[in-house]
Amino acid sequence: MSTTVSELKAKGVPFVNNEPSKVTYLNHENTVASWLLTLDHKRIGVMYLISMTFMFLLGGIFAGIIRAELITPKGDMLSSDFYNKTFTAHGVIMVFFVLIPAVPASLGNFIMPLMLGAKDVAFPRLNLMSWYLYVIGAVFTLLAMLLGGVDTGWTFYTPLSSTYSNGNVMVVAAGLFILGFSSILTGLNFIVTIHRMRAPGLTWFRLPLFVWALYATSIIQLLGTPVIAITLSLLGLERVLGVGIFDPRLGGDPILFQHLFWFYSHPAVYIMILPPLGVASELVTTFSRKPIFGYQMIAGSSLAIAIFSFIVWAHHMFTSGISPYAAMFFSLLTFSVAIPSGIKVFTWLGTMWRGSIVNDSPMWFAYGFIGLFTIGGLTGLFLSTLGTDIHLHDTYFVVAHFHYVMVGGAIVGLMGGLHFWWPKMFGRMYNEPLAKLSAFFVFAGFNLTFFPQFLLGYLGMPRRYHEYPAEMQVMNVFSTAGALVLGLGYIMPMIYLTYAAFWGPKASKNPWGATTLDWTATDSPPTPHNFEGQPVVTEEPYHYKSTENKEHALAH
Amino acid sequence: MSAHDHHEEMHPPAPVWMYVVNFLVLVVLTIVTYFVATKDLGAMSTPVALGIAVVKAGLVVLFFMHVFESGPLTKLTIFSSLFMVAVLCGFFLVDYSTRNLEVLPPEETAPVVEKSAKS
Repeated sequence: MSTTVSELKAKGVPFVNNEPSKVTYLNHENTVASWLLTLDHKRIGVMYLISMTFMFLLGGIFAGIIRAELITPKGDMLSSDFYNKTFTAHGVIMVFFVLIPAVPASLGNFIMPLMLGAKDVAFPRLNLMSWYLYVIGAVFTLLAMLLGGVDTGWTFYTPLSSTYSNGNVMVVAAGLFILGFSSILTGLNFIVTIHRMRAPGLTWFRLPLFVWALYATSIIQLLGTPVIAITLSLLGLERVLGVGIFDPRLGGDPILFQHLFWFYSHPAVYIMILPPLGVASELVTTFSRKPIFGYQMIAGSSLAIAIFSFIVWAHHMFTSGISPYAAMFFSLLTFSVAIPSGIKVFTWLGTMWRGSIVNDSPMWFAYGFIGLFTIGGLTGLFLSTLGTDIHLHDTYFVVAHFHYVMVGGAIVGLMGGLHFWWPKMFGRMYNEPLAKLSAFFVFAGFNLTFFPQFLLGYLGMPRRYHEYPAEMQVMNVFSTAGALVLGLGYIMPMIYLTYAAFWGPKASKNPWGATTLDWTATDSPPTPHNFEGQPVVTEEPYHYKSTENKEHALAH
Repeated sequence: MSAHDHHEEMHPPAPVWMYVVNFLVLVVLTIVTYFVATKDLGAMSTPVALGIAVVKAGLVVLFFMHVFESGPLTKLTIFSSLFMVAVLCGFFLVDYSTRNLEVLPPEETAPVVEKSAKS
């Protein structure tokens, strides 16, 4: 199809020396409407990234306020009520609006169809609708915070959220209900896309491991998210119509809320962590220049994590008053999650072993990810053990544990993925030394922030209080100092990546020498329809020439 | 679309008489539901009512929602959803059905050991 120069100019395509520059998804249309009404998965991915970064900044500000309050043992900066609202705002924003959509909605949307050799996701309109639902959900939640906030913690436990709550709980619940549909529709879209839109020759066991991770994530989104929507609806029914579900005076059971909440929210932890696990697999194999070790085991372990995630939820409730027999049952089951998680870590190490490792900045984030995720996972075993959980429950040990998984894992994984795919997304390279410095600051700052919290928790400092005994101040000061370093590690990439997207040196099609379709078959940045023709896959996903094979060949 | 997904194609739709028969069975089951509700079946009241409801829902899902004629992937999807409900309810019962069981043996008083007074 031929297009005249004037037509291209009218569409806003940039011209250099009277020759149109390469038409990409970024420059083929330039109006605001062309972004807000786009059906292009790549643009929707970028819009998710921008909106999520905004929410991340907001959640980060709340985290900063919390850490500032905790520098001194006395609650001298915030009232206890406002402190409750601050950590609730931090938790709600970070969990629901950052961590859950972090990798799937941004990188997943952008990269997954490219990896499949598809022009778009299966339902592009639904994809755009998901983003709008995300924004509407965010507006509701922020509105509730402006109206006075919510003090229940991000878990909304009854009766805090029912009998004793202020009026804004239902506004946040409405926001999360709407947001849930965004998550469900993204999951549905991805499952159908992976089933139906793979390029010829791209069999299930030739799929990149990032796609396997997104597939497992989507299953959880599709099967788990409706339960939290139902739970919030039941909460609304009880508050508005007085139907007895969670209130014992009306014949309900408050622990039922916790069961229903964690039935979704524990798998939600795996919605957050599974996609970064997929990112780590991509990074480790690419920068080790070696086929990934145990491909099928990694793919299978993603599905195993998705399945196990649904049968362990009551380990959040060991001290809530559930039956001791149920506690033993769930404690035993919880240990099962360690198996597929361990498989992943060992296969990454197996991939790096005797690989020809290239220490570019995405690999630095991958190192950080593996270390932090391992500490996060192993400290989870302390909490799944009934005896130790009785002591550690609701202390800073738990706070440290889940931050190691969710931030050390999910956010560091996201950052690794962003540094890896940034040249693909925007066609430009970023400042490599600054990226390595950021990876170092994030790793060092993170450990300085959260490792002292393990010790504080072990000593018995409870979470969710703005005061603490004076002898615990030293560790808290360390923690706050670490938060400053961590914050610097986050702000730096926001600046240099944004700069690079506009003014960085141009990136080649495949700057890392990777082997999957997103690198080999598309330009950087991709054209509006991704591929010139229909790519055909004839090889395994990671066909790097293994150094091990070379040695083997030389030996003979 | 990849070639290996062709087995997912739909079978030809069911004939009209099947819908009519299903409809009639659903009507009969609704009437049975009413009459069962008027009788006192004791502890069996809820299981019987739920059993009839499950059969009715099954007919709707299998025939009116075309699952019976659909490919294995659709059937797997439906099964997964039902499996999740079973896990949810079943594991709730692990808690609720054991809450009132006696857990610890009756508390025994530790024998008092008299310490010899040291001078």
